[in-house]
Order: sequence, then structure tokens, then C-alpha cells
Amino acid sequence: MTNSWTDIKNTDLVIVMGGNAAEAHPCGFKWVTEAKHHRGAKLIVVDPRYTRTASVSDYYAPIRPGSDIVFLMGMIRWMIENDKVQWDYVRNYTNASFLVKDEFGWSDGLFTGYDEEKRDYDKSSWDYKMGEDGFVQTDPTLQDPRCVWNLLKAHVDAYTPEMVERVCGTPKDKFLHIAEMIGECSSPTKTMTSMYALGWTQHSKGAQNIRGMAMLQLILGNIGVRGGGMNALRGHSNIQGLTDIGLMSNLIPGYLNIPTEKEADWATYMSTRGFKPIVPNQVSYWQNYPKFMVSFMKAMWGDAATAENDWAYHYLPKLDVPAYDGMRMFELMNHGKVNLYFCQGFNPILSFPNRGKMTEAFSKLKMLVVMDPLTTETSHFWQNHGIHNDVDSASIQTEVLELPTTCFAEDEGALVNSGRWLQWHWPGATPPGEAKHDTWIMAQIFLRVKKLYQDEGGVFPDPILNLTWDYRDPNDPKADELAREMNGRALATVYDAADPTKVMAEAGQQLSSFGHYRDDGSTMGGCWIYAGSWTEAGNMMARRDNTDPDDTGMFLNWAFAWPANRRILYNAASCDPQGKPWDPSRKIIEWTGEKWEGYDVPDMPVTARPGEVRPFIMNPEGASRLFSRGMMRDGPFPTHMEPFEAPIANVFNPRMRGNPVARVFESTADQFAAIGDPEFPFVATSYRLTEHFHYWTKHNPVNAALQPEFFVEISEELAAERGIARGGRVRVWSKRGEVWAKAVVTKRLRPMQIDGKTVHVIGIPLHWGFVGAARKGFGPNSLTSQVGDANVETPEFKAFMVNIEPSAEEPVA
Amino acid sequence: MNIDLSRRGFLRLAGAGVAATSLGAMGFGGAEAAEQAHVRAFKLATTTETRNTCPYCSVACGIIMYSKGDVKAGETAELLHIEGDADHPTNRGTLCPKGAALKDFVHAPTRLTKPRYRAAGASDFQDITWEEALDKIARAMKDDRDANFIQANEAGVPVNRWTTTGFLAASATTNETAWLTYKTVRSMGIVGFDNQARV
Repeated sequence: MTNSWTDIKNTDLVIVMGGNAAEAHPCGFKWVTEAKHHRGAKLIVVDPRYTRTASVSDYYAPIRPGSDIVFLMGMIRWMIENDKVQWDYVRNYTNASFLVKDEFGWSDGLFTGYDEEKRDYDKSSWDYKMGEDGFVQTDPTLQDPRCVWNLLKAHVDAYTPEMVERVCGTPKDKFLHIAEMIGECSSPTKTMTSMYALGWTQHSKGAQNIRGMAMLQLILGNIGVRGGGMNALRGHSNIQGLTDIGLMSNLIPGYLNIPTEKEADWATYMSTRGFKPIVPNQVSYWQNYPKFMVSFMKAMWGDAATAENDWAYHYLPKLDVPAYDGMRMFELMNHGKVNLYFCQGFNPILSFPNRGKMTEAFSKLKMLVVMDPLTTETSHFWQNHGIHNDVDSASIQTEVLELPTTCFAEDEGALVNSGRWLQWHWPGATPPGEAKHDTWIMAQIFLRVKKLYQDEGGVFPDPILNLTWDYRDPNDPKADELAREMNGRALATVYDAADPTKVMAEAGQQLSSFGHYRDDGSTMGGCWIYAGSWTEAGNMMARRDNTDPDDTGMFLNWAFAWPANRRILYNAASCDPQGKPWDPSRKIIEWTGEKWEGYDVPDMPVTARPGEVRPFIMNPEGASRLFSRGMMRDGPFPTHMEPFEAPIANVFNPRMRGNPVARVFESTADQFAAIGDPEFPFVATSYRLTEHFHYWTKHNPVNAALQPEFFVEISEELAAERGIARGGRVRVWSKRGEVWAKAVVTKRLRPMQIDGKTVHVIGIPLHWGFVGAARKGFGPNSLTSQVGDANVETPEFKAFMVNIEPSAEEPVA
Repeated sequence: MNIDLSRRGFLRLAGAGVAATSLGAMGFGGAEAAEQAHVRAFKLATTTETRNTCPYCSVACGIIMYSKGDVKAGETAELLHIEGDADHPTNRGTLCPKGAALKDFVHAPTRLTKPRYRAAGASDFQDITWEEALDKIARAMKDDRDANFIQANEAGVPVNRWTTTGFLAASATTNETAWLTYKTVRSMGIVGFDNQARV
């Protein structure tokens, strides 16, 4: 989230598209209710299904799964055509006036530089025209046909309300009604918030869905303001934290990157990370990258990381592919190239797509280690459970270790919520039986491997032998020690960068800000964005002062928010170029003439002058991007791409399949249903229920009783067409697998008219498996394909094609 | 209120006050002692309160856990009840159908209580000690790493990566667990590293 849950009360209009907050985030959704009740805010829901969020909305419109970009580009087109643009914001805070290279263009749904063979773009034309002075060429009058604004106008021209109706199935009058409601928020004193979740991310072009809305929000001037923003609701309780700390193939904590093979040495690695401003006077905060990186290397390897050895650069692995993400690892596993695999609190056999392939892959492992508070389908993948897990145990040679861990009630530490708040929690129960903390287990594994290297020697033991491990009890590192390590501390005296006589921290002291991180080895810190969370003043994440001066929703003294305890990102954009709030009633910060101050921590160097220094300080432009240069693999503007399986061909280019640059594995390339395949005529989409959380609560007898059994949801029309009775048993199958379920027949799903065809949508909830307290069932992953988003590899769970038929009742045992 | 009184202490005082006042007002002064023997003490008044956050979705509602026994004091603690934390700015004491049933998640019949091992081709688990399990894991890692670690690519560039072992990290463990996991996995050169952000 750019903003926070409590900030939603400040909005005038909520759009929930790509999510279902009332059911999936009920207590957060109460802030929508608060805004409706106390501010008179309105709620719009756009969703294939009439969800419980829709049931309390002011306006609802249906949309076909996987067509969101058409809707969003249509919205941008309407805003431009009807002059619903916050012009001062767009002119000053976006790259609308920047000129783009003459070679850049598009045709047939593709941008310049497409290579069909490589399934990739040459992105060299997707960039600004640079002047001889090293700065971007601009036309502040927005007259130049090559400025971003005019290119955007041309790009969205095809997305007419008629096109939206044809491709999305959203009736034109409903689309126009929503456009009018959203258009009101182009006023500097009206704002809209976007709340989204997996409904937008789990597509082969998920990242572009989100960009589409972010661009609309910029055009309306809604980023950086109270009650505005792009608010990813996020799924699990600490998935924000695990991503912040870089537990991904290609990440280093704080959104730094693991090097690639092309970056053969430190100098090469750093050469593309200079981040010099490309507009005069801009902050370009990533210029500090070397400070964050060196401090991370010092946190990892202490005295073994020196300026002379490039901070132990070669202790880091170098990637030969963009990432060894989950799906790539399962593919390698299926080819017999992975021997040993760990699952820590993760149940991939139900969470990753293409269940059949997953089971095959796991069966080729030598050893699987599962650490979890609960028993899981993953730890039992080798056990026969009839139709629910039809395997031959004797033929599966994988050894499995199932290790019991503690859960939240028994451990201590911080979780990061969707609003980036790091909240500390304390243990209140004794672990059951022999269950152990994950920290103890990881320490045991590490220390035992280290001992084997000490005793036996072996291949490149240096990064293991030299890893910093100075905990009070090396066998059992404690949460406070680990939190302090991530925050960072001074290794030598740290002086103020502007005033070398002023001491910011003595050696051994906790740092109070990432502003004190240094690139000369005098500081260490595991995760720069968490600097300030555990300072000399103590544990800031444990703060519990819930006062909120003037009811702004900030709660600055409650816990700690990264970065720098800031609650609203880009908050300097809440002010005009004179530094005064666009909407005085919604002030966050303002320019006093000498400095920035207000209710939140300013997202701007505190003495940087407004009008001169732009508020998007992480970008070398200082401006936000309506045109994203070569930053994304599938285009500098979001463009319509059908899902890999779809009822109709892409209207711009019938030859184009799915996202033209998304990764497709050779082994599963023939596992997609053809476009318009009569064997798979129905669109399916996965979703969650309010009574369950993922695959966990089916272990809880209370929740298992509330929603005991796997079902699929279909419309009355489809039930009639296929002769399916309410509550009857059905078989649903895709090109990859089949499931049996109860049919729930509702009015919440309705057939849609797509490009002249009637299209039915089937809803497939995700919560059942073959262990736990609920009845045995299936997950959507038995049906979905192994293709992901082109930029971040989020699997396409929200749009795929299936068939359905009535099925004989399950025999009663 | 400028009184240093814990929520638990407050409840205890309030409960006793209500019982005494109403009995007195109804004129049963003589029966007071006998009647008070029937008034059950508020169960949670004798428990330890601990602040925590709900482990499900990332709204991260504040919760209060009530336990018999105090973990901080080194005692064995049994979780008796969980409710929403009224002081928490986000949820203000409310919980959803998932959070409201949290206690039964902690006590789920399928919680794991001891390490188990499934041998190749076996149709069930057998018990194993922590020592044996951890030694088995360390041995397997060391052997696989030594056999398959890639030190340099064809061009001779040091790449120091290990692709034949992978690690999927969680979605609800603490930041502190995440950091220790990061250190362990990265120091060994494992690149098949992912978390549950996308599914």
C-alpha cells in the first residue's frame, strides 16, 4: 500500500477491482464503511462475480476475467476526452511532458522491437530523448507529438466504451456511469483510492493491470494524498516482510538485486546503479544504493567484507536466468535437476499451478524437508488419498522430513502489514510437544552444515565459514538480536554528511536512520528500509501509542512504518508546486518557506524546495511515469493481452497468444486449450471465502464447520444449459486436470456477451485439500496452467478455460 | 485515566464492585457472604494477557491472548482465549470469522508436535528425533552442495551458485525468522529461493 488501512476513511471514492476486501480483508474493509458513513464516500466494485463487497457497493459492474487493461485504458481515454485531468499534478509531477524517442511505436497489439523467436522485446526504443546536457528533453506545453502525453492519448484511442463492452462484457452504460463517478476525483479536493489484490496480480500480465490503475490515479492526482493511493491489500500476514527482506531468487533485502553473470565484478555491478538525476535538481534517492549494499555485505560477512575484496562480492551467487522462482524450480525438479527441497510454512502442492506436474516433480526429489505448524498436503504428497491424491506411494522414492514449528501464539517478532507497519508481537503460549521456533531450526541447520565444512572441508566454504553469527546463544538466536541486525549499527564513528564535526552514531550504536548508512564499511545493516525500527531508543515496532492528532489516520507513534516511519508514500505530491496542500482539509505536510512539516514524515529532503525538487524522489526523473521506459518486459504502456486461455482471440492481433513475452515452458506448451476450443468453453476464475484463510483454516474445526466442503459456483443459466442441479455433484476439467465438487448455483454470476458470444464464468474457491478438519476436496491448482506474469511470474490463476458436467454422486463408504 | 492499572486488574475490581453493590441495594446484607461464594470469579481475571497480531491476512488486526501461565516468567502457558484488541487503531477490537476462531487454529488437531520421517517408498511416517532429523538434513545439504555447486561459468566468471537445492520461505513467519533464513540460504549460494508473495 502507498497509504494505510486507517487512511481509507479519508477517501471520497473507493474502487475495488481485482479484489474482494469485504470477504478477504473484513476488518480492513471496515474503513471503507467508515468513509461511506462519515464522509459520504461511494464504493464502486468491478468484478466477474457479484461479491459481498459488491453487495454493499453504490455501483457494480461485471467484467470478464483477464480483460482489466481494456477497462482501465478505456477509463484513461474517457478522462482525457472529457478533460477530467488534474492538470497541475500531471504537468508537474508526471513525465507527461517528456519526449520519447522517434523510433518508439506500436502496431497489431505489439510495441516496437518484438522478437517472436525469443518471445522478448528489444526495448532500446522505449526511452526518452536525452539532450546533450544529459537531461531529458521536455515540452511543458504538451504540444510536441512525441511527448508522453500525446503518445498516451494515441495509445488509448482504441479503447472506446464500445471496445470495453465488446472485450470486457461490461455494458457501455455501466462503464460510462463509473467513468463519471471516477472523473469527479480529478478535482484537487476529491480523491479516489484503489484497493486490489490477487484478482489483479494472478494474470500473465498482472503487473500491467496495476500500472493501468496507477496511471489513472496519477492523471487524477490521487497518489501521495490522504484517501488516495494504490493499495495492494496483500494476502498473508507477513508476505510484505518476506518480500522486503528479499526472500526471493533475485533479491537482496530492501529491494536491492542479486547480481547476474553479466556483472562479473563489483565495479560492473555498481556501474548501472549510479542513478544520476535525469532532470536537473532531482533527489534520485537510489543514488545511495552503494551505502545500502555495502552495509548489507557488512551485516552478512562482517570483517570478511572489505574494500579490498569488493566487500566479498563473490560470496553472492550470480544468476544466469532472471530468477529461479518457484515455477522454474518445479520445472527443473520435473527434469530431475533438483535433489533437495525445503518448504518453510508453505504448501506448494496446493498453492502452485498444475497439481499433476507438481506431484510428478516432487516425486523426483531425493529429499523434501517441510517445516510447518500444521501437517500439510505437501508433506503427504506421496500418500494415497483416493481421487484426492491418487499416487502410488511405493513408487515414490523421495525421503520426507516433517518438522513441527511454533505458530504466532508461541513466538516473538515483527510482521509487516499491508500499510508497511512493522508490528511487534509477543508469545503467550508454550509450543505444543516438541515444536520449535523456525529461528532455532534454521540455526541448527546452518551450524551443522558449517561444522561439516569445518571438519571435512569442501567446495567454496568461505561464505558459510565467514557468515556473521555473533548471537548470545549461537544455537538459538533471539528476535531482538535479529531485529537489531536488520536495523543496522555503526562499526566506527559515523559523522553527519553535511557537518563532519557532528557525530550521528558512535561505534556499536544502533543507527536511527538509513540516512546514516555509509559505503565505506563504517556501518552495517541487513535491511536498509528497516533502519529506524530498533534504535538506541529501543524497539520502535513495539510502540503502542494510538493517539492520532486531528484524526488524520496517521498513528505515527503506533509501531513503525518503513521507510523512516512514513505512513503515506510520495506525500509531497499532496502539495502544489508552491508546497501548499491541494486540499487544505486533507493536509499531510506543507512547506513552511524553510522546511517541510506536518502530520506525516515528509517524503522529501526536509529542506528541498517545492517547485524545484519533484516529489517522486526514488525516480531519477523526480516525476512519476505514465510511460515506464524499459522498466517492464511487456511494454511502456499497458496494452490489451488476452489470458493464455481465452474464449476469444486478441482483437488487436488474432495471432497473439496471452502475454507475448511471458515465459512458457516447453514441457507444458501443449497444455493450453486452443482459443475458442469447444471442449473448454467456460472461463474459470479462482477466489477466496470469508470463512477460510488459504489452506490453513480447514485445519480448524470451527472454520471447517462454517464452510465444510469444496464447491464450484455457476450461474442459473449455465446450470440449466448443462442440466446441473443445485447442490448436485459436478466434474470440472481443464487441459491439465479434473476436480469433483458440489455445484453452488447463484445469481452472483451471470453470462456475459463477449465479442458477440455468450460466455459463462465458473468460480472455483481455494480452501480444500486432503488433510485437516474439513471434507476432502481440491484446489483450483488441479486445473490451472504453469504460466505466470511476464515481469514477476505470478501464476495465471484468475483466468483459464474449463468444461463442466453433472457427475454421479460420490459413493458413500 | 492517570492510574497505572492493568486491564486485568480493572476487570477484577469492576466485577467485585458490581456484585457487592447490587446485593446491598436489594437488602440482602446478611446473605452477602453466602451469596458471594456463588459468584464465580471472572475466568480471564487470573490469566496472563499478551499482545499479538492475527497471523492470517495482512490487515494485521491486534489481538489479546489470554493464557494460564506466563511465558515471560518462564512458566508453561496454555492459551485459553483470544479476542480483538480494542486499543488497536486498525481493527479497534473487532475480528472476522477467521480471527474470531483463532484459538482453535492454535489447538488444531492436525498441529504437528514431533518430527516425523517418511522413508523412500514408505506409505506412512515414522517418528524421528530432532538430532537425527537435523543431522540427516545437514549431511544431505553438504553432499549435494559439494557435488553440484557451480563455482564459475564457461567464461571463468565466479558465479558461486547452487541450483540443485531449493528453499521456499513462508508468508507468516516473523521478519526475524526471515532474516535468519535469508542469511542461511544465501551464504550457501542457494538461488532457488522464493516466498509465498504470489500465490
